[in-house]
Amino acid sequence: MAQNSRSGMVENRGSSYWLTHVGLIIGILVIFFPIWVAFVASTVTQPEITSPPMPLWPGDRFFENYRDALVSGVNAPVARMLANSLVMALGIALGKIVISILSAFAISYFKFPGRRTFFWLIFLTLMLPVEVRIVPTYEVVAGFGMLNSYSGLIFPLIASATATFLFRQFFMTVPDELAEAARVDGARPMRFFWDILLPMSRTNIAALFVILFIYGWNQYLWPLLITTDPSMNTIVMGIKQMFPSGDDIADWPVIMATSILAMVPPVLVVIFMQKLFVRGLVDSEK
Amino acid sequence: MEKRVTFKGWWLPLLLITPQMIVTIVFFFYPAGQAVWQSLFIADPFGLKSQFVGLGNFEYLLGDPYYRASFITTAIFSSLVTIVSMGVALYLALLADRLIKGAGTYRTLLIWPYAVAPAVAGVLWLFMFNTRVGVVSWYLGVLGYDWNYVLNEGEAMGLVVVASAWGRISYNFLFFLAGLQAIPKSLIEAAAIDGAGFWTRFRTIVFPLLSPTTFFLLVVNVVYAFFETFGVIHTITSGGPQQATTILVYKVYSDGFVGQDLGSSSAQSVILLIMVGILTIIQFKYIERKVHY
Repeated sequence: MAQNSRSGMVENRGSSYWLTHVGLIIGILVIFFPIWVAFVASTVTQPEITSPPMPLWPGDRFFENYRDALVSGVNAPVARMLANSLVMALGIALGKIVISILSAFAISYFKFPGRRTFFWLIFLTLMLPVEVRIVPTYEVVAGFGMLNSYSGLIFPLIASATATFLFRQFFMTVPDELAEAARVDGARPMRFFWDILLPMSRTNIAALFVILFIYGWNQYLWPLLITTDPSMNTIVMGIKQMFPSGDDIADWPVIMATSILAMVPPVLVVIFMQKLFVRGLVDSEK
Repeated sequence: MEKRVTFKGWWLPLLLITPQMIVTIVFFFYPAGQAVWQSLFIADPFGLKSQFVGLGNFEYLLGDPYYRASFITTAIFSSLVTIVSMGVALYLALLADRLIKGAGTYRTLLIWPYAVAPAVAGVLWLFMFNTRVGVVSWYLGVLGYDWNYVLNEGEAMGLVVVASAWGRISYNFLFFLAGLQAIPKSLIEAAAIDGAGFWTRFRTIVFPLLSPTTFFLLVVNVVYAFFETFGVIHTITSGGPQQATTILVYKVYSDGFVGQDLGSSSAQSVILLIMVGILTIIQFKYIERKVHY
Protein backbone atom coordinates (compact mmCIF):
# COMPACT_ATOMS: atom_id res chain seq x y z
CA MET A 1 0.00 0.00 0.00
CA ALA A 2 2.70 2.41 1.10
CA GLN A 3 4.83 1.19 -1.76
CA ASN A 4 1.98 1.87 -4.12
CA SER A 5 1.27 5.36 -2.94
CA ARG A 6 4.95 6.32 -3.13
CA SER A 7 5.39 5.07 -6.65
CA GLY A 8 2.09 6.77 -7.42
CA MET A 9 3.48 10.05 -6.20
CA VAL A 10 6.64 9.74 -8.26
CA GLU A 11 4.62 8.84 -11.29
CA ASN A 12 2.39 11.76 -10.59
CA ARG A 13 5.33 14.11 -10.34
CA GLY A 14 6.78 12.73 -13.54
CA SER A 15 3.57 13.06 -15.46
CA SER A 16 2.89 16.56 -14.18
CA TYR A 17 6.44 17.46 -15.24
CA TRP A 18 5.68 16.23 -18.74
CA LEU A 19 2.28 17.89 -18.70
CA THR A 20 4.03 21.19 -17.99
CA HIS A 21 6.19 20.73 -21.07
CA VAL A 22 3.23 19.63 -23.14
CA GLY A 23 1.23 22.68 -22.01
CA LEU A 24 4.05 25.02 -22.94
CA ILE A 25 4.68 23.34 -26.28
CA ILE A 26 1.01 23.51 -27.19
CA GLY A 27 1.01 27.20 -26.25
CA ILE A 28 4.05 27.84 -28.43
CA LEU A 29 2.57 25.90 -31.36
CA VAL A 30 -0.68 27.87 -31.17
CA ILE A 31 1.22 31.15 -31.00
CA PHE A 32 3.47 30.04 -33.83
CA PHE A 33 0.63 28.86 -36.08
CA PRO A 34 -0.23 32.20 -37.80
CA ILE A 35 3.41 32.62 -38.82
CA TRP A 36 3.58 29.07 -40.12
CA VAL A 37 0.47 29.60 -42.25
CA ALA A 38 1.93 32.83 -43.61
CA PHE A 39 5.23 31.13 -44.36
CA VAL A 40 3.53 28.24 -46.16
CA ALA A 41 1.45 30.69 -48.18
CA SER A 42 4.64 32.46 -49.23
CA THR A 43 6.00 29.23 -50.74
CA VAL A 44 3.03 28.04 -52.81
CA THR A 45 1.24 29.21 -55.95
CA GLN A 46 -1.74 31.54 -56.05
CA PRO A 47 -4.20 28.80 -57.21
CA GLU A 48 -3.17 26.59 -54.29
CA ILE A 49 -4.37 29.37 -51.97
CA THR A 50 -7.46 30.48 -53.85
CA SER A 51 -8.91 26.98 -54.02
CA PRO A 52 -9.16 26.24 -50.30
CA PRO A 53 -8.12 24.56 -48.21
CA MET A 54 -4.57 25.73 -48.78
CA PRO A 55 -1.80 23.24 -47.96
CA LEU A 56 -0.20 23.37 -44.54
CA TRP A 57 3.18 22.19 -45.74
CA PRO A 58 5.59 24.49 -47.66
CA GLY A 59 5.60 24.31 -51.45
CA ASP A 60 8.46 24.80 -53.88
CA ARG A 61 7.86 28.42 -54.88
CA PHE A 62 9.93 30.00 -52.13
CA PHE A 63 12.50 31.64 -54.38
CA GLU A 64 10.05 32.72 -57.08
CA ASN A 65 7.64 34.36 -54.62
CA TYR A 66 10.28 36.15 -52.60
CA ARG A 67 12.03 37.29 -55.78
CA ASP A 68 8.73 38.59 -57.16
CA ALA A 69 8.07 40.46 -53.94
CA LEU A 70 11.54 41.93 -53.56
CA VAL A 71 12.03 42.91 -57.19
CA SER A 72 8.57 44.02 -58.28
CA GLY A 73 6.13 43.79 -55.37
CA VAL A 74 2.65 45.15 -56.07
CA ASN A 75 2.90 48.96 -55.95
CA ALA A 76 6.59 49.23 -55.25
CA PRO A 77 9.46 46.73 -54.98
CA VAL A 78 9.53 45.29 -51.46
CA ALA A 79 13.32 45.73 -51.42
CA ARG A 80 12.66 49.46 -51.62
CA MET A 81 10.13 49.30 -48.78
CA LEU A 82 12.61 47.35 -46.66
CA ALA A 83 15.22 50.03 -47.26
CA ASN A 84 12.71 52.75 -46.29
CA SER A 85 11.87 50.88 -43.09
CA LEU A 86 15.54 50.47 -42.29
CA VAL A 87 16.22 54.19 -42.74
CA MET A 88 13.18 55.08 -40.64
CA ALA A 89 13.95 52.61 -37.83
CA LEU A 90 17.64 53.59 -37.67
CA GLY A 91 16.80 57.28 -37.89
CA ILE A 92 14.27 57.09 -35.07
CA ALA A 93 16.48 54.92 -32.84
CA LEU A 94 19.66 56.95 -33.32
CA GLY A 95 17.88 60.30 -33.32
CA LYS A 96 16.06 59.56 -30.08
CA ILE A 97 19.23 58.32 -28.41
CA VAL A 98 21.29 61.35 -29.47
CA ILE A 99 18.83 64.07 -28.49
CA SER A 100 17.84 62.26 -25.29
CA ILE A 101 21.33 61.62 -24.00
CA LEU A 102 22.31 65.24 -24.64
CA SER A 103 19.30 66.66 -22.85
CA ALA A 104 19.62 64.15 -20.00
CA PHE A 105 23.26 65.22 -19.61
CA ALA A 106 22.19 68.87 -19.47
CA ILE A 107 19.41 68.23 -16.95
CA SER A 108 21.52 65.99 -14.70
CA TYR A 109 24.88 67.72 -14.68
CA PHE A 110 24.04 71.43 -14.85
CA LYS A 111 22.01 73.87 -12.83
CA PHE A 112 20.67 76.39 -15.29
CA PRO A 113 17.70 78.72 -15.45
CA GLY A 114 14.52 76.99 -16.54
CA ARG A 115 15.83 73.49 -15.85
CA ARG A 116 12.69 72.36 -14.05
CA THR A 117 10.48 73.81 -16.77
CA PHE A 118 12.37 71.88 -19.44
CA PHE A 119 12.14 68.76 -17.35
CA TRP A 120 8.35 69.06 -17.14
CA LEU A 121 7.99 69.94 -20.81
CA ILE A 122 9.81 66.73 -21.68
CA PHE A 123 7.71 64.79 -19.20
CA LEU A 124 4.49 66.09 -20.76
CA THR A 125 5.39 64.55 -24.14
CA LEU A 126 4.59 61.19 -22.52
CA MET A 127 0.97 62.27 -22.75
CA LEU A 128 1.06 63.13 -26.44
CA PRO A 129 1.42 59.94 -28.50
CA VAL A 130 1.24 60.57 -32.24
CA GLU A 131 -2.15 58.84 -32.36
CA VAL A 132 -3.85 61.65 -30.48
CA ARG A 133 -2.43 64.55 -32.46
CA ILE A 134 -2.39 63.11 -35.94
CA VAL A 135 -4.25 65.79 -37.90
CA PRO A 136 -2.32 68.84 -36.63
CA THR A 137 1.02 67.02 -36.76
CA TYR A 138 0.25 66.06 -40.34
CA GLU A 139 -0.42 69.73 -41.11
CA VAL A 140 2.90 70.79 -39.56
CA VAL A 141 4.81 68.20 -41.57
CA ALA A 142 2.94 69.15 -44.75
CA GLY A 143 3.75 72.83 -44.05
CA PHE A 144 7.47 72.01 -43.96
CA GLY A 145 7.12 70.13 -47.25
CA MET A 146 8.20 66.92 -45.54
CA LEU A 147 5.46 64.61 -46.87
CA ASN A 148 6.96 61.57 -48.62
CA SER A 149 10.39 62.19 -47.13
CA TYR A 150 12.60 60.42 -44.63
CA SER A 151 12.77 63.50 -42.42
CA GLY A 152 8.97 63.55 -42.32
CA LEU A 153 8.96 59.90 -41.29
CA ILE A 154 11.59 60.35 -38.61
CA PHE A 155 11.45 63.76 -36.91
CA PRO A 156 7.89 63.78 -35.55
CA LEU A 157 8.57 60.49 -33.74
CA ILE A 158 11.96 61.35 -32.39
CA ALA A 159 11.27 63.20 -29.13
CA SER A 160 11.15 60.75 -26.29
CA ALA A 161 10.63 61.41 -22.63
CA THR A 162 11.23 57.73 -21.88
CA ALA A 163 14.75 57.74 -23.30
CA THR A 164 15.59 61.03 -21.59
CA PHE A 165 14.42 59.74 -18.21
CA LEU A 166 16.25 56.48 -18.71
CA PHE A 167 19.56 58.25 -19.30
CA ARG A 168 18.90 60.63 -16.43
CA GLN A 169 18.21 57.71 -14.15
CA PHE A 170 21.45 56.07 -15.22
CA PHE A 171 23.47 59.27 -14.80
CA MET A 172 22.16 59.50 -11.23
CA THR A 173 23.86 56.19 -10.46
CA VAL A 174 27.22 57.38 -11.83
CA PRO A 175 29.45 58.24 -8.83
CA ASP A 176 29.81 61.97 -8.29
CA GLU A 177 33.53 61.47 -7.73
CA LEU A 178 34.02 60.98 -11.46
CA ALA A 179 32.59 64.39 -12.32
CA GLU A 180 34.47 65.88 -9.38
CA ALA A 181 37.76 64.45 -10.56
CA ALA A 182 37.08 65.68 -14.07
CA ARG A 183 36.37 69.14 -12.71
CA VAL A 184 39.50 69.20 -10.58
CA ASP A 185 41.53 68.15 -13.62
CA GLY A 186 40.06 71.14 -15.39
CA ALA A 187 38.28 68.95 -17.92
CA ARG A 188 35.49 70.70 -19.77
CA PRO A 189 31.98 69.25 -19.41
CA MET A 190 31.95 67.88 -22.96
CA ARG A 191 35.30 66.18 -22.42
CA PHE A 192 33.78 64.46 -19.36
CA PHE A 193 30.75 63.52 -21.44
CA TRP A 194 32.80 61.99 -24.28
CA ASP A 195 35.56 60.34 -22.29
CA ILE A 196 33.70 59.08 -19.24
CA LEU A 197 29.92 59.27 -19.41
CA LEU A 198 29.41 58.01 -22.96
CA PRO A 199 31.63 54.91 -22.61
CA MET A 200 29.90 54.11 -19.31
CA SER A 201 26.47 54.34 -20.98
CA ARG A 202 27.33 51.81 -23.69
CA THR A 203 25.09 49.01 -22.43
CA ASN A 204 22.17 51.35 -21.77
CA ILE A 205 22.50 52.80 -25.24
CA ALA A 206 22.57 49.34 -26.81
CA ALA A 207 19.54 48.14 -24.85
CA LEU A 208 17.59 51.25 -25.74
CA PHE A 209 18.65 50.95 -29.36
CA VAL A 210 17.14 47.46 -29.61
CA ILE A 211 13.78 48.64 -28.24
CA LEU A 212 13.71 51.82 -30.33
CA PHE A 213 14.67 50.00 -33.50
CA ILE A 214 11.66 47.70 -33.12
CA TYR A 215 9.45 50.67 -32.22
CA GLY A 216 10.57 52.53 -35.34
CA TRP A 217 10.35 49.53 -37.65
CA ASN A 218 6.81 48.72 -36.52
CA GLN A 219 5.30 52.19 -36.99
CA TYR A 220 2.09 52.05 -38.98
CA LEU A 221 -0.23 55.03 -38.65
CA TRP A 222 2.34 57.74 -39.22
CA PRO A 223 3.85 56.32 -42.46
CA LEU A 224 0.31 55.58 -43.61
CA LEU A 225 -0.55 59.27 -43.36
CA ILE A 226 2.51 60.90 -44.82
CA THR A 227 3.78 58.51 -47.51
CA THR A 228 1.34 58.69 -50.39
CA ASP A 229 4.11 57.86 -52.87
CA PRO A 230 4.47 54.03 -52.99
CA SER A 231 8.25 54.33 -53.34
CA MET A 232 8.33 55.92 -49.88
CA ASN A 233 6.12 53.31 -48.20
CA THR A 234 7.62 51.41 -45.31
CA ILE A 235 7.17 47.65 -45.40
CA VAL A 236 4.88 47.42 -42.37
CA MET A 237 2.39 49.93 -43.77
CA GLY A 238 2.96 48.85 -47.38
CA ILE A 239 1.47 45.36 -46.91
CA LYS A 240 -2.07 46.66 -46.54
CA GLN A 241 -1.57 48.79 -49.66
CA MET A 242 -0.91 45.60 -51.63
CA PHE A 243 -4.50 44.47 -51.24
CA PRO A 244 -6.58 45.40 -54.28
CA SER A 245 -9.64 47.54 -53.76
CA GLY A 246 -12.98 46.03 -54.65
CA ASP A 247 -13.47 42.43 -55.65
CA ASP A 248 -10.12 41.69 -57.26
CA ILE A 249 -8.23 38.80 -55.78
CA ALA A 250 -5.19 39.66 -53.71
CA ASP A 251 -1.80 38.31 -54.77
CA TRP A 252 -1.54 36.20 -51.61
CA PRO A 253 1.86 34.53 -52.11
CA VAL A 254 3.55 37.89 -52.67
CA ILE A 255 1.65 39.55 -49.83
CA MET A 256 2.52 36.76 -47.42
CA ALA A 257 6.17 36.79 -48.53
CA THR A 258 6.16 40.52 -47.79
CA SER A 259 4.62 39.91 -44.35
CA ILE A 260 7.37 37.43 -43.53
CA LEU A 261 10.02 39.87 -44.78
CA ALA A 262 8.45 42.61 -42.65
CA MET A 263 8.84 40.63 -39.45
CA VAL A 264 12.26 39.06 -40.04
CA PRO A 265 14.49 42.05 -39.12
CA PRO A 266 12.86 42.94 -35.78
CA VAL A 267 12.43 39.26 -34.82
CA LEU A 268 16.12 38.59 -35.51
CA VAL A 269 17.01 41.60 -33.39
CA VAL A 270 14.94 40.22 -30.50
CA ILE A 271 16.33 36.70 -30.76
CA PHE A 272 20.00 37.57 -31.20
CA MET A 273 20.07 40.48 -28.78
CA GLN A 274 17.76 38.87 -26.24
CA LYS A 275 19.69 40.02 -23.20
CA LEU A 276 19.78 43.63 -24.35
CA PHE A 277 16.17 43.42 -25.48
CA VAL A 278 14.89 42.19 -22.11
CA ARG A 279 16.98 44.76 -20.33
CA GLY A 280 15.75 47.56 -22.56
CA LEU A 281 12.16 46.45 -22.12
CA VAL A 282 12.39 46.35 -18.36
CA ASP A 283 14.39 49.60 -18.19
CA SER A 284 12.05 51.57 -20.40
CA GLU A 285 9.05 50.61 -18.28
CA LYS A 286 10.67 51.60 -14.98
CA MET B 1 16.92 63.60 -7.12
CA GLU B 2 19.82 65.94 -7.70
CA LYS B 3 23.48 65.57 -8.57
CA ARG B 4 25.74 66.93 -5.86
CA VAL B 5 28.46 67.80 -8.33
CA THR B 6 27.41 69.91 -11.28
CA PHE B 7 29.23 71.83 -13.95
CA LYS B 8 29.05 75.59 -14.24
CA GLY B 9 27.66 77.58 -17.10
CA TRP B 10 24.24 78.12 -18.59
CA TRP B 11 24.69 78.34 -22.36
CA LEU B 12 26.13 74.85 -22.80
CA PRO B 13 23.20 73.03 -21.13
CA LEU B 14 20.75 75.19 -23.08
CA LEU B 15 22.56 74.26 -26.27
CA LEU B 16 22.48 70.56 -25.31
CA ILE B 17 18.78 70.61 -24.61
CA THR B 18 17.88 72.61 -27.72
CA PRO B 19 17.51 69.71 -30.21
CA GLN B 20 15.01 67.91 -27.97
CA MET B 21 13.16 71.15 -27.26
CA ILE B 22 12.87 72.05 -30.94
CA VAL B 23 11.44 68.64 -31.82
CA THR B 24 9.18 68.68 -28.77
CA ILE B 25 7.77 72.11 -29.47
CA VAL B 26 7.40 71.78 -33.24
CA PHE B 27 6.00 68.24 -33.35
CA PHE B 28 4.36 67.86 -29.92
CA PHE B 29 3.25 71.07 -28.26
CA TYR B 30 2.37 73.08 -31.33
CA PRO B 31 0.21 70.28 -32.85
CA ALA B 32 -1.39 69.55 -29.48
CA GLY B 33 -2.17 73.25 -29.11
CA GLN B 34 -3.57 73.24 -32.65
CA ALA B 35 -5.77 70.29 -31.76
CA VAL B 36 -7.17 72.19 -28.79
CA TRP B 37 -7.63 75.34 -30.92
CA GLN B 38 -9.25 73.55 -33.86
CA SER B 39 -11.59 71.71 -31.54
CA LEU B 40 -13.28 75.04 -30.88
CA PHE B 41 -14.14 75.67 -34.55
CA ILE B 42 -16.28 74.22 -37.28
CA ALA B 43 -14.81 74.45 -40.78
CA ASP B 44 -17.15 74.76 -43.76
CA PRO B 45 -17.13 71.77 -46.12
CA PHE B 46 -14.68 73.48 -48.49
CA GLY B 47 -12.22 74.35 -45.73
CA LEU B 48 -12.35 78.02 -46.72
CA LYS B 49 -13.40 79.55 -43.48
CA SER B 50 -14.13 78.32 -40.02
CA GLN B 51 -16.54 79.47 -37.39
CA PHE B 52 -15.92 79.63 -33.66
CA VAL B 53 -18.30 77.34 -31.82
CA GLY B 54 -16.74 77.16 -28.36
CA LEU B 55 -17.40 73.77 -26.86
CA GLY B 56 -19.95 73.03 -29.59
CA ASN B 57 -17.88 70.21 -31.06
CA PHE B 58 -17.64 68.53 -27.67
CA GLU B 59 -21.35 68.94 -27.02
CA TYR B 60 -22.11 67.48 -30.41
CA LEU B 61 -19.71 64.56 -29.83
CA LEU B 62 -21.10 63.65 -26.46
CA GLY B 63 -24.59 63.63 -27.92
CA ASP B 64 -23.49 61.66 -30.98
CA PRO B 65 -24.63 58.02 -30.71
CA TYR B 66 -21.75 56.91 -32.97
CA TYR B 67 -19.18 58.51 -30.70
CA ARG B 68 -20.74 57.05 -27.61
CA ALA B 69 -20.85 53.67 -29.33
CA SER B 70 -17.14 54.06 -30.09
CA PHE B 71 -16.47 54.62 -26.38
CA ILE B 72 -18.26 51.40 -25.51
CA THR B 73 -16.48 49.56 -28.34
CA THR B 74 -13.14 50.80 -27.01
CA ALA B 75 -13.99 49.71 -23.47
CA ILE B 76 -15.02 46.22 -24.61
CA PHE B 77 -12.09 45.89 -26.98
CA SER B 78 -9.42 46.97 -24.51
CA SER B 79 -10.84 44.87 -21.66
CA LEU B 80 -10.90 41.79 -23.87
CA VAL B 81 -7.41 42.38 -25.27
CA THR B 82 -6.06 42.89 -21.75
CA ILE B 83 -7.82 39.85 -20.30
CA VAL B 84 -6.93 37.51 -23.16
CA SER B 85 -3.28 38.53 -23.47
CA MET B 86 -2.67 38.62 -19.72
CA GLY B 87 -4.59 35.39 -19.09
CA VAL B 88 -2.69 33.37 -21.67
CA ALA B 89 0.61 34.91 -20.60
CA LEU B 90 -0.02 34.15 -16.93
CA TYR B 91 -0.95 30.56 -17.76
CA LEU B 92 2.24 30.05 -19.76
CA ALA B 93 4.36 31.83 -17.16
CA LEU B 94 2.95 29.62 -14.38
CA LEU B 95 3.88 26.57 -16.43
CA ALA B 96 7.37 27.84 -17.25
CA ASP B 97 7.95 28.76 -13.62
CA ARG B 98 7.36 25.12 -12.58
CA LEU B 99 10.35 24.02 -14.59
CA ILE B 100 13.67 23.74 -12.87
CA LYS B 101 15.48 23.71 -16.17
CA GLY B 102 14.41 24.96 -19.57
CA ALA B 103 12.43 28.06 -18.57
CA GLY B 104 15.00 30.11 -20.49
CA THR B 105 14.47 28.13 -23.68
CA TYR B 106 10.73 28.62 -23.51
CA ARG B 107 11.26 32.29 -22.86
CA THR B 108 13.31 32.59 -26.05
CA LEU B 109 10.59 30.75 -27.97
CA LEU B 110 7.86 32.95 -26.54
CA ILE B 111 9.27 36.47 -26.62
CA TRP B 112 9.85 37.02 -30.30
CA PRO B 113 6.21 37.70 -31.31
CA TYR B 114 6.74 40.98 -29.46
CA ALA B 115 8.72 42.08 -32.49
CA VAL B 116 5.88 41.46 -34.95
CA ALA B 117 4.18 44.77 -35.73
CA PRO B 118 0.46 44.98 -34.87
CA ALA B 119 -0.27 45.74 -38.52
CA VAL B 120 1.61 42.60 -39.65
CA ALA B 121 -0.18 40.55 -36.98
CA GLY B 122 -3.39 41.95 -38.45
CA VAL B 123 -2.48 40.69 -41.92
CA LEU B 124 -1.58 37.22 -40.58
CA TRP B 125 -4.92 36.80 -38.79
CA LEU B 126 -6.81 38.36 -41.66
CA PHE B 127 -5.30 35.74 -43.93
CA MET B 128 -6.20 32.79 -41.69
CA PHE B 129 -9.75 34.01 -41.21
CA ASN B 130 -10.32 35.44 -44.68
CA THR B 131 -13.82 34.52 -45.83
CA ARG B 132 -12.62 33.28 -49.24
CA VAL B 133 -9.22 31.71 -48.75
CA GLY B 134 -8.69 31.60 -44.98
CA VAL B 135 -7.56 28.19 -43.79
CA VAL B 136 -9.27 28.47 -40.40
CA SER B 137 -12.53 29.76 -41.87
CA TRP B 138 -12.49 26.85 -44.33
CA TYR B 139 -12.15 24.29 -41.56
CA LEU B 140 -14.80 26.11 -39.54
CA GLY B 141 -17.01 25.72 -42.60
CA VAL B 142 -16.32 21.98 -42.64
CA LEU B 143 -17.42 21.86 -39.02
CA GLY B 144 -20.63 23.55 -40.10
CA TYR B 145 -19.85 27.01 -38.76
CA ASP B 146 -20.47 29.78 -41.25
CA TRP B 147 -17.68 32.20 -40.33
CA ASN B 148 -17.97 35.69 -41.78
CA TYR B 149 -16.30 38.50 -39.88
CA VAL B 150 -17.07 40.89 -42.75
CA LEU B 151 -20.76 40.76 -41.86
CA ASN B 152 -20.88 39.52 -38.29
CA GLU B 153 -20.03 42.21 -35.74
CA GLY B 154 -19.18 39.82 -32.90
CA GLU B 155 -16.86 37.79 -35.09
CA ALA B 156 -15.12 40.95 -36.29
CA MET B 157 -14.57 42.05 -32.70
CA GLY B 158 -13.32 38.59 -31.74
CA LEU B 159 -10.84 38.58 -34.60
CA VAL B 160 -9.33 42.01 -33.85
CA VAL B 161 -9.15 41.13 -30.15
CA VAL B 162 -7.27 37.89 -30.79
CA ALA B 163 -4.96 39.51 -33.35
CA SER B 164 -4.18 42.36 -30.92
CA ALA B 165 -3.70 40.08 -27.91
CA TRP B 166 -1.50 37.63 -29.83
CA GLY B 167 1.61 39.82 -30.11
CA ARG B 168 1.13 41.09 -26.60
CA ILE B 169 1.40 37.68 -24.93
CA SER B 170 5.22 37.78 -25.14
CA TYR B 171 5.49 41.02 -23.28
CA ASN B 172 3.14 39.95 -20.50
CA PHE B 173 4.80 36.53 -20.29
CA LEU B 174 8.19 38.14 -19.77
CA PHE B 175 7.00 40.29 -16.89
CA PHE B 176 4.85 37.57 -15.31
CA LEU B 177 7.70 35.06 -15.41
CA ALA B 178 10.08 37.57 -13.84
CA GLY B 179 7.49 38.31 -11.17
CA LEU B 180 6.91 34.60 -10.46
CA GLN B 181 10.61 33.84 -10.27
CA ALA B 182 10.99 36.61 -7.70
CA ILE B 183 8.60 34.84 -5.31
CA PRO B 184 10.64 32.88 -2.74
CA LYS B 185 10.27 29.16 -3.44
CA SER B 186 10.41 28.43 0.29
CA LEU B 187 7.03 30.13 0.79
CA ILE B 188 5.39 27.91 -1.78
CA GLU B 189 7.07 24.76 -0.51
CA ALA B 190 6.02 25.56 3.05
CA ALA B 191 2.42 25.94 1.92
CA ALA B 192 2.65 22.69 -0.06
CA ILE B 193 3.92 20.83 2.99
CA ASP B 194 0.96 22.24 4.93
CA GLY B 195 -1.19 20.54 2.32
CA ALA B 196 -2.24 23.57 0.28
CA GLY B 197 -3.09 22.49 -3.27
CA PHE B 198 -2.08 24.38 -6.38
CA TRP B 199 -5.17 26.60 -6.43
CA THR B 200 -4.97 27.47 -2.75
CA ARG B 201 -1.30 28.35 -3.13
CA PHE B 202 -2.04 30.43 -6.21
CA ARG B 203 -4.91 32.30 -4.53
CA THR B 204 -3.27 32.96 -1.18
CA ILE B 205 0.42 33.35 -2.00
CA VAL B 206 1.30 33.64 -5.65
CA PHE B 207 -1.42 35.99 -6.83
CA PRO B 208 -1.09 38.54 -3.99
CA LEU B 209 2.70 38.64 -4.39
CA LEU B 210 2.28 39.01 -8.12
CA SER B 211 -0.17 41.91 -7.80
CA PRO B 212 2.34 44.75 -8.42
CA THR B 213 3.27 43.08 -11.72
CA THR B 214 -0.37 42.45 -12.56
CA PHE B 215 -1.36 46.04 -11.88
CA PHE B 216 1.53 47.39 -13.91
CA LEU B 217 0.63 45.12 -16.81
CA LEU B 218 -3.04 46.11 -16.58
CA VAL B 219 -2.19 49.77 -17.13
CA VAL B 220 0.36 49.09 -19.86
CA ASN B 221 -1.98 46.75 -21.73
CA VAL B 222 -4.88 49.17 -21.60
CA VAL B 223 -2.62 51.88 -23.03
CA TYR B 224 -1.53 49.44 -25.72
CA ALA B 225 -5.11 48.47 -26.59
CA PHE B 226 -6.16 52.11 -26.75
CA PHE B 227 -3.41 53.49 -28.95
CA GLU B 228 -1.19 50.88 -30.53
CA THR B 229 -3.80 48.59 -32.02
CA PHE B 230 -4.68 50.99 -34.82
CA GLY B 231 -2.68 48.82 -37.24
CA VAL B 232 -4.70 45.71 -36.38
CA ILE B 233 -8.06 47.45 -36.81
CA HIS B 234 -7.03 49.20 -40.01
CA THR B 235 -5.69 46.05 -41.69
CA ILE B 236 -8.46 43.65 -40.64
CA THR B 237 -11.80 45.46 -40.42
CA SER B 238 -11.23 49.17 -41.14
CA GLY B 239 -13.55 49.77 -38.20
CA GLY B 240 -16.42 47.73 -39.60
CA PRO B 241 -18.87 46.15 -39.93
CA GLN B 242 -21.22 49.02 -39.04
CA GLN B 243 -18.47 50.61 -36.93
CA ALA B 244 -18.48 47.55 -34.66
CA THR B 245 -14.69 47.74 -34.30
CA THR B 246 -14.24 51.52 -34.52
CA ILE B 247 -12.19 52.26 -31.42
CA LEU B 248 -11.56 55.89 -30.43
CA VAL B 249 -8.16 56.18 -32.09
CA TYR B 250 -9.56 54.74 -35.29
CA LYS B 251 -12.41 57.24 -35.20
CA VAL B 252 -10.00 60.20 -34.88
CA TYR B 253 -8.31 58.93 -38.02
CA SER B 254 -11.44 58.14 -39.99
CA ASP B 255 -13.24 61.38 -39.10
CA GLY B 256 -10.13 63.52 -39.61
CA PHE B 257 -8.54 62.00 -42.70
CA VAL B 258 -11.30 60.09 -44.40
CA GLY B 259 -14.27 62.24 -43.34
CA GLN B 260 -12.28 65.52 -43.35
CA ASP B 261 -14.22 66.73 -40.30
CA LEU B 262 -11.38 68.61 -38.61
CA GLY B 263 -13.36 70.18 -35.78
CA SER B 264 -14.82 66.90 -34.61
CA SER B 265 -11.55 65.01 -35.11
CA SER B 266 -9.66 67.64 -33.07
CA ALA B 267 -12.25 67.53 -30.30
CA GLN B 268 -11.80 63.75 -30.23
CA SER B 269 -8.02 64.25 -30.06
CA VAL B 270 -8.48 66.51 -27.06
CA ILE B 271 -10.66 63.92 -25.30
CA LEU B 272 -8.03 61.24 -26.00
CA LEU B 273 -5.36 63.59 -24.73
CA ILE B 274 -7.17 63.88 -21.43
CA MET B 275 -7.49 60.10 -21.25
CA VAL B 276 -3.78 59.55 -21.94
CA GLY B 277 -3.08 62.14 -19.28
CA ILE B 278 -5.08 60.20 -16.71
CA LEU B 279 -3.46 56.91 -17.69
CA THR B 280 0.01 58.48 -17.51
CA ILE B 281 -0.70 59.84 -14.03
CA ILE B 282 -1.90 56.42 -12.86
CA GLN B 283 1.25 54.87 -14.29
CA PHE B 284 3.41 57.54 -12.69
CA LYS B 285 1.73 57.14 -9.31
CA TYR B 286 2.42 53.43 -9.55
CA ILE B 287 6.07 54.02 -10.39
CA GLU B 288 6.39 56.36 -7.41
CA ARG B 289 4.93 53.70 -5.17
CA LYS B 290 7.30 51.12 -6.56
CA VAL B 291 10.27 53.38 -5.86
CA HIS B 292 9.25 53.85 -2.22
CA TYR B 293 8.48 50.18 -1.90
